[in-house]
Amino acid sequence: MKTRRQFHKLVAATAAGLAAPAILGSKVFAQDKPIRVGASVSLTGPLASTKNGLIGYELWRDDVNAAGGLLGRKVELVMYDDQSSAANVPAIYSKLVDVDACDVLFSPYGANLSAPVMPFIKQRDLFMIGMFGLAGNDVAKHDKFFHSGPWGPNSGRDWARGFFDLAKAQGVKKIAIINADLEFSKNAAKGGAEVAKEYGMEIVFNQSYPPNTSDFSSMIRNINAGDPEAIFIASYPADSTAIIRGVKEIGISDKVKIFGGAMIGPQYGALLSSLGPELNGLVNSHTFVPEPSMQTPAIKGFFDRYTPIAVKQGVDPLGYYIPPFYYVAGQLAAAAIIGSKSVDPAKMAAFLHANSVDTIAGKIAFNEIGDWKERRVLMVQLRGIKGNDLEQFRNPGHQVILDPPSLKTGDLAGPYNKARAS
Amino acid sequence: MLSIDILLNAIVTGILLGSVYASLALGLGITFGILHIPNIAHPTLVVAGAFFVYTLAQWGFDPIIAAVIGLVPFYLLGVALYAFYSTVFERKGGANVLQSLTLFFGLSLVIEILLSLGFGSELKSVSVSYIGSSLKLGVLTVPYRLLIPALLAPVTIAAVWLYLSRTNSGTAIRAVAHEERALSIAGLNPASVKRHAFGIATATAVIAGAALIMVGPIEPFAGRYQIGRVFAIVVLAGMGSIPGSLVIAIIIGIAEALVSSYLNPSWSPGVAFAILLLGLALRPQGLFGAAR
Repeated sequence: MKTRRQFHKLVAATAAGLAAPAILGSKVFAQDKPIRVGASVSLTGPLASTKNGLIGYELWRDDVNAAGGLLGRKVELVMYDDQSSAANVPAIYSKLVDVDACDVLFSPYGANLSAPVMPFIKQRDLFMIGMFGLAGNDVAKHDKFFHSGPWGPNSGRDWARGFFDLAKAQGVKKIAIINADLEFSKNAAKGGAEVAKEYGMEIVFNQSYPPNTSDFSSMIRNINAGDPEAIFIASYPADSTAIIRGVKEIGISDKVKIFGGAMIGPQYGALLSSLGPELNGLVNSHTFVPEPSMQTPAIKGFFDRYTPIAVKQGVDPLGYYIPPFYYVAGQLAAAAIIGSKSVDPAKMAAFLHANSVDTIAGKIAFNEIGDWKERRVLMVQLRGIKGNDLEQFRNPGHQVILDPPSLKTGDLAGPYNKARAS
Repeated sequence: MLSIDILLNAIVTGILLGSVYASLALGLGITFGILHIPNIAHPTLVVAGAFFVYTLAQWGFDPIIAAVIGLVPFYLLGVALYAFYSTVFERKGGANVLQSLTLFFGLSLVIEILLSLGFGSELKSVSVSYIGSSLKLGVLTVPYRLLIPALLAPVTIAAVWLYLSRTNSGTAIRAVAHEERALSIAGLNPASVKRHAFGIATATAVIAGAALIMVGPIEPFAGRYQIGRVFAIVVLAGMGSIPGSLVIAIIIGIAEALVSSYLNPSWSPGVAFAILLLGLALRPQGLFGAAR
């Protein structure tokens, strides 16, 4: 009998324990539970150079938690390495939602990795902040998806419009377009071709190439044969290097007035320092550069904290391209949660659709599919680069903003061959 | 677009690229072609070689000098790898292909992660005076970035082939894959011969690594993009045909360059496999392999 009494006591104690949160008030329990923010990041694999974005996430989390959390709850990051492989992404996000019970999701980096997760997000009606996926929501048109990147509306077509505006202003009539056979580059080139046609430019060469092409001499010769006045390139870091070096080796027509556009790589410290003066004259897209028109106390404060961490971790010590916008993603999520007083996807999304948000990258307002209402992609021209010292890129004047006009800090120097030699 | 300038330049570029491919395939030609060990980690070892060269280049060494310095450490690395492989598999009754593939796949991942931890994930390149300039010969413009590494391949392949065909230890390496027991009867230790051969194959990885980093920047995972092409070269050349791999690599290089110039660069990755399928259909033992 003693055993039975003990058993009854045990059952009673267990029941009381289980019921306690309900008895004491579910509100108290809920407030203790952290808000979980889930994402995949590319810690390994070919996109591992984007892992410095994680510093942006972590700085945001630390700031929020130091200020008392969101709705009285701490913020917890749940991150997994997607190994830069799109094949890993669906399983990671299923786990983040179904096992880890994340309240907010950030997308993987870029269009290539984000594409596989969009059907899942739409089907499950989840709230997500997109990380650098160009035109990432143009197909799904999910009303609870918001870009942290400044691509602007109709981004598949218009995000690099600044390049074509500059070309048009130079009287360019003939243009060549080349792109890597990957999601982002294909979108960029397709959009670029549409804008070029809209501006009445003849596309004299339009070709894609496989990722990791190491020699572009044949393609550069073919481009020269087309005699273009502008060359729009949508490439990834290794190909960007090969193209820049190929141009130096093979040469390019003196008629080319503007060269670049959508080359991924020259935004990162590693390529800036390895290519150094070879980058002079290039006009390329960017998200942030240390020009006077962009410096604010908020962004300066971010980089004051980012740089020592990046140096310690051995990642890009400049970090201009990606990390601020990972911090911005956190700020957008925080604004949605605080503004809607909820982690309900519909309420958070409704808040972001109805309100603009102040971030370290400025005030952001969204359209119906989560694009920034105003495109704020920069077209910068690299100039006056001497040697391979990375520190020179922290100074204004080496990445001059040509577009958008609201942030402009200089005019296009051209033609390209002259700008290269300067 | 069918100008003679573009055609000639495409052919020369193809020869240079092909020669670089032959460098990448040389070590695999020894381990897979002669020893029949499917070392799919070889392209990753080449990348490790490239990082070795990169490290010495930071101290002012020319990439080729750096590669020569790396020959001994990479030889010893290869010896150690084979010793491990032999201990795990061969001494326990022989390794089947699947086990070997799994081991070398795992090795490849471990090397990638170690490189990633040691060097970070950013692209790494070397700055040498001849990278970025070109040799102009009439209508031909030949980038030194391709020319110098392309010259490494025939030299390395000739040295390896002379060693394999003109020395006793080289003959033992070629013999070990055919008849281990006969080698034992002759008083030689097959495991020791294979260990030596694996060391040589791994030493060639640092030469190929120097070629790779001169052609373009590298990152720890760059070996993955080369696996298919180097296997195609070794198989199509014929298992064990080291000079044949140079010829096949150049054929593939020219075909890729012509496809890039006149059709579409996006089709070029399929060229090696199209040639492989066609070649094997016509000659299953490989174009330079002996019928068995």
